[in-house]
Amino acid sequence: MNIEQLLQRDSFIERNARNRARGLLDAGSMRELVGPFDRVTSPWLARQHIVTQADDGVVVAKGTLDGVATVILAIEGAFQGGSMGEVGGAKIAGALELAARDNRNGTPTQAVILFETGGVRLQEANLGLAAIAEIQSAIVDLRRYRPVIGVSAGTVGCYGGMSIAAGLCSYLVLTREARLGLNGPQVIEQEAGLAEFDSRNRALIWGLTGGEQRCATHLADVLVDDDTVQVRTAVAGLFHAGPPAIHRSERYADFLASLAQVDTAQQPAPADVRALYGKGLG
Amino acid sequence: MNTTPTRSNGATWLESLAGSAAVHDWPAVRVVDAMLAGAPARFIAVVPDADNRFPRARNGEVGLVEGWQLAQAVQETIEADRDAPHKRPIVAVIDVTSQAYGRREEAFGIHQALAGAAGAYAQARLAGHPVIGLIVGLAMSGAFLAHGYQANRLIALEDPGVMVHAMGKASAARITLRSVEALEALAQSVPPMAYDIGSYASLGLLWKVLRPSSAATPSADDVALVRTTLEAALADIAAEPERDLSGRFDGEHRAASRRVRELLRTQWDGH
Repeated sequence: MNIEQLLQRDSFIERNARNRARGLLDAGSMRELVGPFDRVTSPWLARQHIVTQADDGVVVAKGTLDGVATVILAIEGAFQGGSMGEVGGAKIAGALELAARDNRNGTPTQAVILFETGGVRLQEANLGLAAIAEIQSAIVDLRRYRPVIGVSAGTVGCYGGMSIAAGLCSYLVLTREARLGLNGPQVIEQEAGLAEFDSRNRALIWGLTGGEQRCATHLADVLVDDDTVQVRTAVAGLFHAGPPAIHRSERYADFLASLAQVDTAQQPAPADVRALYGKGLG
Repeated sequence: MNTTPTRSNGATWLESLAGSAAVHDWPAVRVVDAMLAGAPARFIAVVPDADNRFPRARNGEVGLVEGWQLAQAVQETIEADRDAPHKRPIVAVIDVTSQAYGRREEAFGIHQALAGAAGAYAQARLAGHPVIGLIVGLAMSGAFLAHGYQANRLIALEDPGVMVHAMGKASAARITLRSVEALEALAQSVPPMAYDIGSYASLGLLWKVLRPSSAATPSADDVALVRTTLEAALADIAAEPERDLSGRFDGEHRAASRRVRELLRTQWDGH
């Protein structure tokens, strides 16, 4: 991207969840479900004297994408770190369940999940975890009919149980600014020590879990610039392709064969992962 | 294999229910085919492996290899019964301390390995395999998502050694900037934050809670009770056509989940 393009680009990262959803749907087609005016807020945050948000950090936007019925589940990373509580989690799972039902009834409906999330909201712990299990179940159900596409742009990244949900998606679209991993760097440092993971080493974090590395190692599918048009074009193209013949989450044989070759005496460098998965998953 | 691993509840219950004739030569993921209610079933447990090649996965954690092996154990079952009218049951014996926390794990995509496992269980359920999760020890966080949380029915033993949670107590306290004491006090008034099985049951996620004399050293009566309950769960699943997780939405503390789904249903088609 040159300076001119940079100045004219429509940043996806700078948009909030609601505007990200709007930017992906056909102009004028977006309708929000269980929106702020329905006032379904987290019953658990208030009990802990934590300020709630009227959409609980998740926007359910229904509309069309290139004319096909599409629901966008957009997680607002700015609210409680994009964490999954009971209400936000039920919004995502419930919408995916309805999309699968529509497909079964002969109405093709597809879904995009915008992952900006640290995973389970610890203040709602077991209900967040349960909701994530339900989201995962619904993704696996829906992806039998139409692709379920995950997008992670930045700046929160995609972590915790929601990274497992991302791993179930038919396709993943990432920007360079995105990070995708199970355990956050700080948690690993806390659990395993500084020698295992230095959470302040940003180059290490992006090198191992950033969007460019995840795409180069076949753990994600399309790398895009932070540009709304590019994100939309990538998503539309993947929907057009239809569900993959085999989902990434089904490739246990390829992954196990690759992992059998890992020298676990060493900590891997990003290039080691590229060499291994470039061969084993290509 | 010359070290003597600590006997885990998972290993104990797997052997009590299914014997020890493992299908695969895998140290941490134990897969045993045995009879349940007079027909073949597959039992799967993750157990500690002191010699694990991946040093962060030696205490019963679900790591990279374990995640993909769970996926294989379940996908094999789906494949074997693809054309069979009767899909064999899968019993996940759950005692998982956590997912593996490490740099190697993140580098090679542990999230994807756990997705392999979770996805396989969900596919098995959707394909018509009765899937039962039997919680006999810890059921923590990502490890539980990978091993058992996709079950048609969840059964838990009520015992001090049995806990379900999104994160270990000490870690959760650090991450939420609270002390362990403050966390425990909060859990008294916030059921989803509690660690005990009684609070967890109030969320409506469990089909049955059993009270054995011991989860760690079960008596013959305990094993008989669990076996009878597994058989009852099979009958319960067979009697219900739904293959989704909707049986979990009725808990007294899940009113908001129900409200959200009700609103979504009414708003989904309308204009």
